[in-house]
Amino acid sequence: MNKILIIIQREYLSRVKKKSFLLLTFLTPILIAGIYAFMIWMMMKDDTEKRTIGVINESELVSPVESKDFTTFDYLGNTSFEEAKKLLDSKGYYAILKIPKDILDSQSAELFSFKQVTIEVKSGVGSQIRNHIETIKRSKIIAEANMPDLEQKLAATKTPISVKTIKFGDDGEIKQSSTEIAMGLGFAMSFIIYMFIFMYGVQVMRGVIEEKSNRIIEVIISSVKPFQLMMGKIVGVAMVGLTQFLMWVILTGAIILIGSAIFMPGLDAESIQQASSISQLPSTGQAMNQAQLNMMQDVLGTFDMGYIMSILGGFIFFFLAGYLLYSALFAAVGSAVDNETETQQFMLPISLPLVLALYIGMAVAKNPEGSLAFWGSIIPLTSPIVMLVRIPFGVPLWELLLSMGLLVASFIFVTWVAAKIYRTGILMYGKKVSYKEIWKWLRYHR
Amino acid sequence: MAFFEAKNIVKQYAGHTALKGVSISVPEGSIFGLLGPNGAGKTTLIRIINQITGPDAGEVFFNGEPLKPEHVHHIGYLPEERGLYKKMKVGEQSIYLAQLKGMSKQDATAKLQAWFKKFDILEWWDKKVEELSKGMAQKIQFITTILHEPKLLIFDEPFSGFDPINANLLKSEILELRDKGCTIIFSTHNMGSVEEICDHIALIHKSEKVLDGSFEDIKKQYRTHTFNISFTGELETLKANLSDDIEILEHQSNKEFESLKLKLNNGTDSNQLLTQILPHVKVVSFNEIIPSMNDIFIRVVNEKNLSVDFE
Repeated sequence: MNKILIIIQREYLSRVKKKSFLLLTFLTPILIAGIYAFMIWMMMKDDTEKRTIGVINESELVSPVESKDFTTFDYLGNTSFEEAKKLLDSKGYYAILKIPKDILDSQSAELFSFKQVTIEVKSGVGSQIRNHIETIKRSKIIAEANMPDLEQKLAATKTPISVKTIKFGDDGEIKQSSTEIAMGLGFAMSFIIYMFIFMYGVQVMRGVIEEKSNRIIEVIISSVKPFQLMMGKIVGVAMVGLTQFLMWVILTGAIILIGSAIFMPGLDAESIQQASSISQLPSTGQAMNQAQLNMMQDVLGTFDMGYIMSILGGFIFFFLAGYLLYSALFAAVGSAVDNETETQQFMLPISLPLVLALYIGMAVAKNPEGSLAFWGSIIPLTSPIVMLVRIPFGVPLWELLLSMGLLVASFIFVTWVAAKIYRTGILMYGKKVSYKEIWKWLRYHR
Repeated sequence: MAFFEAKNIVKQYAGHTALKGVSISVPEGSIFGLLGPNGAGKTTLIRIINQITGPDAGEVFFNGEPLKPEHVHHIGYLPEERGLYKKMKVGEQSIYLAQLKGMSKQDATAKLQAWFKKFDILEWWDKKVEELSKGMAQKIQFITTILHEPKLLIFDEPFSGFDPINANLLKSEILELRDKGCTIIFSTHNMGSVEEICDHIALIHKSEKVLDGSFEDIKKQYRTHTFNISFTGELETLKANLSDDIEILEHQSNKEFESLKLKLNNGTDSNQLLTQILPHVKVVSFNEIIPSMNDIFIRVVNEKNLSVDFE
């Protein structure tokens, strides 16, 4: 068996068999699914707490707020504010609503309570009063205008508009796309790459430091070339990363599928189908459903096969190439130090472009065509992250090829440089290494 | 015949030269001592033999062929800085190291089991290295160094860090390997530690070889013709009867006997000395003072007008 394969095998198995790996691999999807479930639960859960609010109505409005769902309003008539304040305790009122005499002019009311009033109560009360006043004003205008069917005509002016984004494909074919999805997808992928480069780059670095501090390095490089050891480690760790990523995707998907089948039986594919077929009926009153349908069509239109393949292909390529580029640098840093605390001085030039790339990526998600987007996705140190943000929006082929070519070229160059640092560094013990020293190592020949 | 040869090896690092044209020739089946103080260039030479680094100039021959990458399979190396993966199991790790030396998994497993049985450490197989004591780990390191039955074995500072029991075990195993035909290179700054087992030596000092040859020849060459003699009897009578070629270097006396350190000049041999002594006193002991490697080293360095700085 080829020696590099033996090394890859060891690097892979020794990490995959670790308890921490198994724990992280199995707990993270449960955590993600848990957060997902919690968010859904939060959204679906109504405010079910029963509250009673005392109302001092000084205005001319008649019942501007009405008891609804779980909130009850008690009109206190002519009770003074001081007396009403006492009622907060004695009657267990949640709050006192004071509607001032001049509400039509001041456009404000006040809620008094001992606790901070929840946002739902606040906005609920506000919208009730607003609707009440608007209705009064509108009926007044309608009555004054004396026009037949004015009420219906006004209602018909309400027209929710959804903007479909349609992209021209390279072959001139029209494709439907969703800006939101492209943005979300691009940013999610670039963040995953960022995270994995960091997580697994550091693992490569730790592995190198481990071999150095264990003093096993010299035994091993008397059997294999330092370059073989370095590449074996990098590839082995990359496979650990891919394994973990795949496990996360599969497990998270499985948990969410099973979870939603158990807890939300209404939300299966059939009912979505039904909902969309209902909303297809021409009906003005179902504007909301129409918008939802448009959104759904966007999603479906976005995910045609070619688009998915280009994103998936781009993700895998930039994921691997970006990782290889950075992990070679991480390996070089690991070789230059004796323990992890010394890595800090060398970490900056590695983490700076990575973090920068993430910020550029955020900016690029808003404007994927600017010069920042262009340069960010061409320069090899930032391109794995920035290009991934751009790919869902569509990138000219020549830019993509240029970026990929430069990335591969710089990966080869950086690996070559890193290997030179590595093979000298691994044999240096107890020496405080500076950048100047590393520069010297680069000029040694074997 | 030389099993291993290095000719005019030069190795430079930025700022200093680690080896200035060093040549060594290691006879087949010998135990070769590469001696010299720390920083003399021994480890650099050893790393060149192991192809960890390459020489800037000079040639290296292994069994008559120019050194090639495949030769690492026939070399066993126990470096000065030695260790094992702490989190890995002993058996697994030994197999891994053997595989890197080109052995198949089956072959490595079978041979390892045999060695583990020999050292009576079979129960360590599934233990992690971090659970082992230092002495236990040293045994594993030794086994993994020799498992692939290398023709050339290299030990860098082999006895530093070894406890006396393991050091003895190491010594006897090494002699056994030599008897089986292995060629062995020892590198150490502790010259006394290898004196008793080396057949050949080379002295390295400040990146240069200052002396080499068979151990016997060197000892002969650096004889000082000095003898220690202890006796009972009259010191003055003896002194009066010694010829001019015999020089008294030192005199000591205790309750039981007198001791003299004598130097024989102008080709006087030990028999001539004894014939002069025997009629006058009763000899208790008589022996030649053989210079230690350390003494020889200092002498060589002084003769060559080099400064000595031991670390």
